[in-house]
Amino acid sequence: MTEPIVHPGVVHPHVKVRRATKSSWGGLAVVIPVLVILAAGPYIIDRGMQQSLVTLFTLIVLGTMWNLLAGYGGMVSIGQQAYIGIGAYGLVYIADVIGLDPFLAVPVAVVVAGILSLPISFLAFRLSGGYFAIGTWVIAEVLKLITTQIPALGGGSGISLTAFSDFSPGRRIAYVYWLSLAAVVIAVAVTYWIMRSRLGLGFTAIRDDAVAAASLGVRVTRSKRFVFVIAAMGSALAGGMIAANTLRVTPDSVYSVSYSAFMIFIVVIGGIGTIEGPIVGAIVFFGLQQWLSDLGSWYLIIIGVLAIVITLFLPKGLWGLISGNGRIRLFPVGYRLESPLERFSLAAKAAAPKE
Amino acid sequence: MQWLNAVIQGVLLGGLYALLAAGLSLMFGVMRIVNLAHGVLAIVAAYIGLVFVENVGISPFLAIVLVVPIMALVGYLLQWGLLNRAISKGGLAPLLVTFGLAVVLTQLLQERFTADTQAIQIGALGTDSITISDNISIGLFPLMTFVVGVLVIAALQLFISKAPLGRAMRATSDDVDTVMLMGIDNRQVYALSTALALATVGLAGMFIGMRTQFSPTFGDAMLIFAFEAVIIGGLGSLWGTLAGGMVLGIAQTIGAQVNPSYGVLFGHLVFLAILAFRPTGLLPKAVTA
Repeated sequence: MTEPIVHPGVVHPHVKVRRATKSSWGGLAVVIPVLVILAAGPYIIDRGMQQSLVTLFTLIVLGTMWNLLAGYGGMVSIGQQAYIGIGAYGLVYIADVIGLDPFLAVPVAVVVAGILSLPISFLAFRLSGGYFAIGTWVIAEVLKLITTQIPALGGGSGISLTAFSDFSPGRRIAYVYWLSLAAVVIAVAVTYWIMRSRLGLGFTAIRDDAVAAASLGVRVTRSKRFVFVIAAMGSALAGGMIAANTLRVTPDSVYSVSYSAFMIFIVVIGGIGTIEGPIVGAIVFFGLQQWLSDLGSWYLIIIGVLAIVITLFLPKGLWGLISGNGRIRLFPVGYRLESPLERFSLAAKAAAPKE
Repeated sequence: MQWLNAVIQGVLLGGLYALLAAGLSLMFGVMRIVNLAHGVLAIVAAYIGLVFVENVGISPFLAIVLVVPIMALVGYLLQWGLLNRAISKGGLAPLLVTFGLAVVLTQLLQERFTADTQAIQIGALGTDSITISDNISIGLFPLMTFVVGVLVIAALQLFISKAPLGRAMRATSDDVDTVMLMGIDNRQVYALSTALALATVGLAGMFIGMRTQFSPTFGDAMLIFAFEAVIIGGLGSLWGTLAGGMVLGIAQTIGAQVNPSYGVLFGHLVFLAILAFRPTGLLPKAVTA
């Protein structure tokens, strides 16, 4: 029997490997105009609306980062507020005390969070599953309690961000708006890049079978650690946005476990394990939050129940519903085979048992 | 002598933490799920007890007799209604569902009882103590809590190793598929395990409510302390959990002795130190639980 000649990068002479689909090119045609319109925001909408959108952008960044961690890396953390706190306090400390330009202080705080998350990962990775989740929470609590003990950071009563006082309120809000929009683009682009890279392929393999993936040379722990650090940096970026938007940081607000609840609900409702899911989830979460704002804490009860129901009955979330279980992809991370035999393979797929 | 007193108080506090942690350990042992609503459920039990004592007007100890079976029933229904389904979905579903439940229950308690702190009044028992020396006195109620904690751990250990249901729980933990072949309904075993776990949670919640002031968000700290007791003690060992609870209790009371605001922080730091230097815990896997 003669083996077919295999050319590197070519699956079969008649078969093409594609990543983008019509829907993803169509998606790009939607995403770019939306971004252009959003970028013009400060010229179109009032300050209150801009501040609300900054809140939405923060939720998108947080959801995207939590999805990277849990949806792709398989790590359920309920301690990402640790890095939100580092980002928020980092911005205040670097901008107000050290005196760096606040827009430069944000990336510096993000890098600091990334550096701190590395030793933290060695502690947290001793635990797995649900115990990993609570372990990350304990670490966040420790950071909160330590922050409370530092007089330079205002102790338990918190500290105000004054570095923006040079700007007029309108300018400050517009700059923070653009910063936050840029943060969304960066968070989504980094996730997209990771998932299209070799690392992303490795994660898909780990998700399907960690032992088999490891035996094929996927460095499971190292990949997870990389994602853990990236997610920490992304959460710190969101923390910087929160501090810049609210101008006041207290340990109880920025280290609040509520942020983890928000992230989890956003990702679960939108659809875990997709790039589009957290964006959809953040918009739905933000919409419900605004719509139900008169009902006090009932909005969180309703969203929590929704998240439980979706976990049990609609595991791919709202985006799974919209996209017809992944047929539409704005951000294609997988590979698709297209061949003259496609009709045959489609028929085979239809005949195959559902996963 | 102050320090010795702190250690004694810490050991007594540890009994309460062990009582609180036993259910977390049990559910993980049988089903491999970590119930993130564990702490909130203890506080739910405390609020049910509060309603019995304040609104119905019965004594706190009679309330315990009512709250424990109520929580067991809650556990049974919770497992059938929600968690069995979540387990069958696999992956992250049990964690996401129990986390969602924790948030929803906390918010519901806040809606019903406000965020103010409350306490279940136990009268003179709350302040009675046995004086040993000038600096050391043992509170009667903390001592009672400690004894109950140790007894519950011992009873659970005995139940798991000897009783038919305990045997079924261990077997289900080891190999679900074989257990099903043997004619045991694993979902039923799970439901009874959660009922048993929540009965201990109910007891723990009542003792917490009688010992300290609590509020709806108090469940967060309860989950964390129970978890720390389990990890410090070592997974899969109920006696380890008792030891872990005591280590945590001592760390907290010594920390509070150094500076009143350091108590909880010291507990966390001891936990992190154990995680760094002895990640299997103090008494790992002595007996499967």
